[in-house]
Amino acid sequence: MTLSARNVSWTAGGAEILRDVSLDVRTGEFLGIIGPNGSGKTSLMALLAGIRKPKSGEVLLDGVPITALGRREVSRRLALVEQQAETGERITARQAVELGRTPYLGPLSPWSPEDDAIVEAALRNVDMTHLSGRLWHTLSGGERQRLHIGRALAQQPKILLLDEPTNHLDIGHQIGLLDLVRRQDLTVAAALHDLNHAAMFCDRLAVMQGGRLVALGAPREVLTTERIRDVFGVEAEIDHESDGGCFIRYRAAGQSRPASRRGNGARLETVAGGVS
Amino acid sequence: MSRALSSIGRTGAVSLALVVLVAALWLGAAIGETAIPFDVVAKTVANRLWDAGYPLEPIDEGIVWSYRLSRAVVAACCGASLALSGVVLQSLLRNPLADPYILGISAGASTGAVGVAILGLGGGFLTLPMGAFFGALVAFALVSLLALKAGRGTAAIILAGVAGSQLFNALTSFIVTKAATADQARGIMFWLLGNLSGVRWPDAWLAIPAALLGLVVCLWHARSLDAFTFGAEQAASLGISVRRTYLALVGICAMMTAVMVSIVGSIGFVGLVIPHAARMLVGVRHGVLLPAAALIGAVFMIVADILSRILIPGQVLPIGVITALVGAPAFALILGQRRGRA
Repeated sequence: MTLSARNVSWTAGGAEILRDVSLDVRTGEFLGIIGPNGSGKTSLMALLAGIRKPKSGEVLLDGVPITALGRREVSRRLALVEQQAETGERITARQAVELGRTPYLGPLSPWSPEDDAIVEAALRNVDMTHLSGRLWHTLSGGERQRLHIGRALAQQPKILLLDEPTNHLDIGHQIGLLDLVRRQDLTVAAALHDLNHAAMFCDRLAVMQGGRLVALGAPREVLTTERIRDVFGVEAEIDHESDGGCFIRYRAAGQSRPASRRGNGARLETVAGGVS
Repeated sequence: MSRALSSIGRTGAVSLALVVLVAALWLGAAIGETAIPFDVVAKTVANRLWDAGYPLEPIDEGIVWSYRLSRAVVAACCGASLALSGVVLQSLLRNPLADPYILGISAGASTGAVGVAILGLGGGFLTLPMGAFFGALVAFALVSLLALKAGRGTAAIILAGVAGSQLFNALTSFIVTKAATADQARGIMFWLLGNLSGVRWPDAWLAIPAALLGLVVCLWHARSLDAFTFGAEQAASLGISVRRTYLALVGICAMMTAVMVSIVGSIGFVGLVIPHAARMLVGVRHGVLLPAAALIGAVFMIVADILSRILIPGQVLPIGVITALVGAPAFALILGQRRGRA
């Protein structure tokens, strides 16, 4: 099961959001997509998920243009977890996960015991079984996001797409959620904000800047002092660890140490080590 | 919960629903200015449907069959259609305040009705219901066009609906003020508030297929409606063709509402309140919610019609007055409940 973007571009309201992006999501890998706000991460996820059509270029799922496959067909192979999808309906945690079975159900193929088993397995997988009867609006942000992952798992996809899944979660939930995702036997592509998390969990990183893909490779190749300065406008030092991991230490623009003085300086959110 | 219902449970639920509906129709036929015994109602139906040949007073039989039963049937269809449309539009637009009239349909229907009744459009070939139906379609087309221009989102549809409704309401007022005699104005006012007095069997033969078709189409899309719980994007990622679903469901709601409004006028609050009441009773899953709302809407309308006939002896209240008098406080109650749980 492979997912690839071939020279995709996308515009919204006359503004070019994505320009000529090509990348493959390799089977079994955890691909991180990083880049500053407005660099096109979310749009790229929407194109990869097939819920938006590229203006030019195409997205291929197993070599077939995703627009040529039916929506149901796509959603059985590929699941998308959006940023903070919310609802005002009084649904229970379990019902939220049950929505994941939608691509397999229809007026003539009703709910079956097998669907029950899949939903229960998904709830167990995201550790929400004990809260399955709770109403959505009584759950915390972390619990809701775990349910969205559970819903995606109930789709029984081969590929999981996550759009900034850890936004607004505390640090424990951020790590827990990414770990949960990595434990799945799935191909994953996730837009991430926190570079250290990206380095920790991802096999490869794609770096977006101004709607273009500017780098693609293993975290320690991609995350360099120069690139972080270039793309995010932040001074940083990279510690390479013996196990191949790396750790990024940020520096405020006016702070003691070296390098060039960049006029606009670091933004507060990145100084603090990503959004938390 | 729908899952927990075994096939036997489901058959039971459907049978119970039918029993409740038949009981309500029975009441609707029996109660009125002259009360008619229940057995006479049953015998009339048997005579008419199966040629049973019970000896009955022709006047009683006539009242039951030609006036009250047709009226109760239309009331049921109307209540069911408005409630269904309310459920669908609230879910699809993700707005608890959406109701069937949000698409400008009732406002357009009223303009069409006064256009025929007061301005004499159609040169006598158009009846008032036909004018209303035509007006409803024009308004709906205009609102849809505006919504598409404004960017397709759910907010765009609601704003376009508000704009369209205001426009057609203003047109109606303009025509009534400028051209109507006092009697015409009073008649139109009565029609606008909803009125089942003139309803006969030909109206029922229009209302029944419209309501049944609406019920089937909505039920067919029950799972798709569930998938809109977290918005259109997630529905798309769950394999729903969002555009096709919008077209099918908004189209069927517009059709049902236009048919009902053209027969009985614009009856308020049913399409807004009944969906909320049904959600409180059976939950949010559309496979159960849609039929439940349809049943509650049908029974509510039959009862409202009975009340409109007997509340002031010798005079018929517009049924819209009853539905609003009951609906507004009920809505306030539901709002309180929502706050209580948040």
